[in-house]
Order: sequence, then C-alpha cells, then structure tokens
Amino acid sequence: MGAIFRREFKSFFTNPIGYVVLAVMFCASGLFFFMYNMAGGMSSLSYLYSNLFTIVLLIIPFLTMRLFSEEKRQKTDQALLTAPTGLTGIVLGKFFAALLLFVLSLSITLVYALVIAMKVTPDWMVLAGNFVGLLLVGGLVIAIGLMISSLTESQVIAALGTLAVSVILMSVDMLSSIFASITWLADAINFLSINNRHSNFTVGLIEYDNIIFFLSLQALFIFITVRVLDSKRWK
Amino acid sequence: MIEVNHLTKRYGTHCAVKDISFAVGEGEILGFLGPNGAGKSTTMNILTGYLSATEGTVTINGHDILEEPNAAKANIGYLPEIPPLYLDMTVREYLDFMYDLKKCALPRVKHITEICKVMKIEDVYGRLIKNLSKGYRQRVGMAQALIGNPPVLILDEPTVGLDPKQIIEIRSLIKTLGKHHTVILSSHILSEIEAVCDRVIIINKGELVADDSAENLSAQFSDDHRLLVRIAGPAKESTALVKGIGGVISVTDAGSKEVGTVDLLVETAPNADIRRDLFERLAQRGWPLLYSKTQAMSLEDIFIDLTQKKGGAR
Repeated sequence: MGAIFRREFKSFFTNPIGYVVLAVMFCASGLFFFMYNMAGGMSSLSYLYSNLFTIVLLIIPFLTMRLFSEEKRQKTDQALLTAPTGLTGIVLGKFFAALLLFVLSLSITLVYALVIAMKVTPDWMVLAGNFVGLLLVGGLVIAIGLMISSLTESQVIAALGTLAVSVILMSVDMLSSIFASITWLADAINFLSINNRHSNFTVGLIEYDNIIFFLSLQALFIFITVRVLDSKRWK
Repeated sequence: MIEVNHLTKRYGTHCAVKDISFAVGEGEILGFLGPNGAGKSTTMNILTGYLSATEGTVTINGHDILEEPNAAKANIGYLPEIPPLYLDMTVREYLDFMYDLKKCALPRVKHITEICKVMKIEDVYGRLIKNLSKGYRQRVGMAQALIGNPPVLILDEPTVGLDPKQIIEIRSLIKTLGKHHTVILSSHILSEIEAVCDRVIIINKGELVADDSAENLSAQFSDDHRLLVRIAGPAKESTALVKGIGGVISVTDAGSKEVGTVDLLVETAPNADIRRDLFERLAQRGWPLLYSKTQAMSLEDIFIDLTQKKGGAR
C-alpha cells in the first residue's frame, strides 16, 4: 500500500494533473476570498466554502480519472496484480494518494482563515465544520471516481462518469419535495441526501452520525472497486 | 516447483486454454512454443495470478495461486508480453517502486545495482522510461522480474525487440538463471527455444500438443528428410530417376528456375540419406547436380505434423 501511495502521489506531479488541480482550487478559492472577504468585507468564510463545493465536484473527476484506467491501458496493472500485495492495499494506496492531494488543495483555505484571524476572531467551529464537511464530500467523490476509473480504460469516460454520478448524488434531494406525499420515500431520500448532511457541517455542527455516514459510503465504494478488480480476473 | 492441473480458460464460448496439465521441476528451463493466439500468454497470466482459470489449479512452490495468492506470487518474477512500465518514471524510480511493491527484503541499493549490471541498464538508470528504446524497455521489464530474486521466473517473449547481440546476451543470461531458478519462457521462434530450453511444450489453439525435451522433438521432426535439388537435365527423366532411388517417398516438380534445369522437391523416409546415391546416378547419366539443400522444417510444419498426423495426441 505504501509503495503504491507514494508512486501515485508523485505521479500527480510528474504528469501535470496535480498542479492543475492545485492551481484551479487555489485560483477559485482566492477569487472567492477576494470577492467576499477582502472586497466584500465579510469575516465569515462560509460563502467561500459553499462556492468551493461546486468547484470540488467539478475538479475531483479529473483527479481520479486516470487512477485505474491508465494502469489498464498501459498494462501496468499486470505488475500490480501479480505482485504479492492484496487488492485492498492497491486500492487504498490510490485512494489516499488522491485524498492527500485534495487535502493539500483545500488547505489553502486555512491560510485565508489565518488572514482573517489577524483582524477579527473567526467562528472556528463553523470554519472547522466547513473544512471537515468539504473533506468528507471530496473523499466520497474520490471513492466514486476510483470505482468508475476501475471500470473503464478510457480516462474521458472515467471523468465524465464520475462527474455525472457526483452531480446526480448532490442533486437527488430535490426529489424529496416532489415525493413529499410518499413519506417513506421522502424520508429515505432525506436520509441519503448528501446536501442535507453536508449543510449541517457548514453551520458548525460536526456530528458523529454524519461523519460515519460519509466514511461508510467511502468504504462502500472502495470495497466495490476491490470487487471490480477481482472480478476482472474471472472474465 | 510449478504444478498445473487440467487448466481451462473460457472467454464466453471461446476456449482460450483447454485442459492443460504439466509440471516443472526446480532448475528447469521450460519453453512455451506456439503461434500467435495459441494461448501462451493466457496460460502465463493464469500461472502468475493475473487471470483466474475457469477450471483447474496452479500450484507454485506448494502454494495454490487462488488459495494463497500472496505467498504464491512472492515466488514469481513475471515479465508480461508488454513490459508493465510506468512511462513517467525514471528507471531508478521504477525499480525502487517495484522493490517496495514486492516487499523485497534484500539490501536495496546493492540488489538493484546488481540487477542493473546484469541487465546492462546502468547507463539509462536516471532516464525517463518513456524516452527509452524498445530494447531498453524490454530489459527494464526483465530487471523488474528479477527483483527479489524469485525462485520462479515467467518470461513472455523476453527477446522481442532486442537486437541480435542483445538476444544472445539475454539467452545466455536465461541459461545462467536457469541453474538456480525455475524458468518458463514463451516464444514463437523455434531456434530460440532450442538454444535455451531443456524441455519444450507446444501449444496450439489452447491445447497442449507436445511436451518433450528439445532433442527429442528435433529428432522427431528432423529436417533431413526433405531435399530440394536442381538438376541440369530433362524434367521427366530426372523425376523418374530420382523416384527410383531407395528411400524416396515422393518427388514433386518445383519448376525450372534456370534454362535447361529442373528443381525437384524430394521427400525421403526419415533417416534415409539419398545424397550420395543421387549424385552417382546423375553422374552416370551425365546430368550435373547443381544444387542440393535440405529443407528446414519450420514451426508451422511441426504444427501441421502434430495436429494432422497425430490428431493432436500428446
């Protein structure tokens, strides 16, 4: 797992996707910080984070698109799968490499928080909630992207597929108002709604059940990825 | 060391490998011979645990590849048909990565340096793999297989893309490795298998058609029973004359390539050498023998022999 994690993380910077992701995130968050906080004079970073949420959804598919599809296209998966390393280790190594890069890209917002802290005391709970919430949502999209990347040899299909699935996941709770008359269905949608759970974080409520919800969804998609790779051998 | 029992691999209705069984002992070099699409790579991919067999078992050094995959894989060094190289890494980074991936316990720097020396890739050690030529890439792929000094080496067409000098080097390297390792190597070049391997397995259309030592196979398919001769004489009479020699099975007129001559393709019984007899008879008639050459038996001929004459029997 360690070897794959290190290789994968390095490769984000030997092929420029890592720089591009960092640049887009820094650029977007910098723009939002300037607009809302510097020019707008707000002391809260909530607007910045809620705008960044969309950027995260759009950018992560590009981070995950090549994780497995490129291995298959270059036939390097033969080295990975014939090495005495379990499939779970391979998948986790790649997951954490992408997650670390995402954390790095998100950490720029902490710098903005420090800039604000020099003038006024920000609401640290709201800030932590926003950061953790975005981290958990990002981790989920990475896990989804990882799974979709294991299904195809094409990076374009992997990126588009991840984009589609994450957009659908984020907007599915609009359906709950349509199905409001069918209570059990509306309840189910509300329970699974990623937006609802994420919005708790944005107001500074860091609750265990929401953290566990996101972590278990990530684990589920990682597990599916392992199964997908395993099943390829039987085809 | 390696035991393969009733291996079958089906892709839907297509059967890539049909009921193959064989065993390879320690220190043996086994050659896998077959035309393209015969099932060589599929078999090797199953042996290394990259693919799973539809039926049958593979045991490497006492470890079943499905039951204890990691223990079995730790015993194997594998060079696939297309070397699994990360093009965006340097040779150094790549070998370091493979060292970690294989959880190798040998002293890192010393071990990798040794392998680079053996494979003669020291001079490209710091270069990006995507900038290397096919021959160097093949050798880096081979170096990767040697990391961890595994007792079993499985090499899928290891000499593809190398120049003739390198081919000879790699062959002698494989022979040296074969003293302490169990080696399976595949090729569609008959002479390569003959030069390197103790034992040969021939696969055709997924079926095992021959499993024997290289000497036995070449004796069985010796190429001295087909002779192409050019005679400066009349076609009909020459054919009749050659037919009269003892041991000749058939004579085919191969046309005339020079004015006043005839080319004949003569098939004789195995171990019958008609060349002296032929010369004397032609000399009596005063028809000079201009040319005489034994026809090399190509791999395709052996396949035709094996699949038609013997009906695919072992």
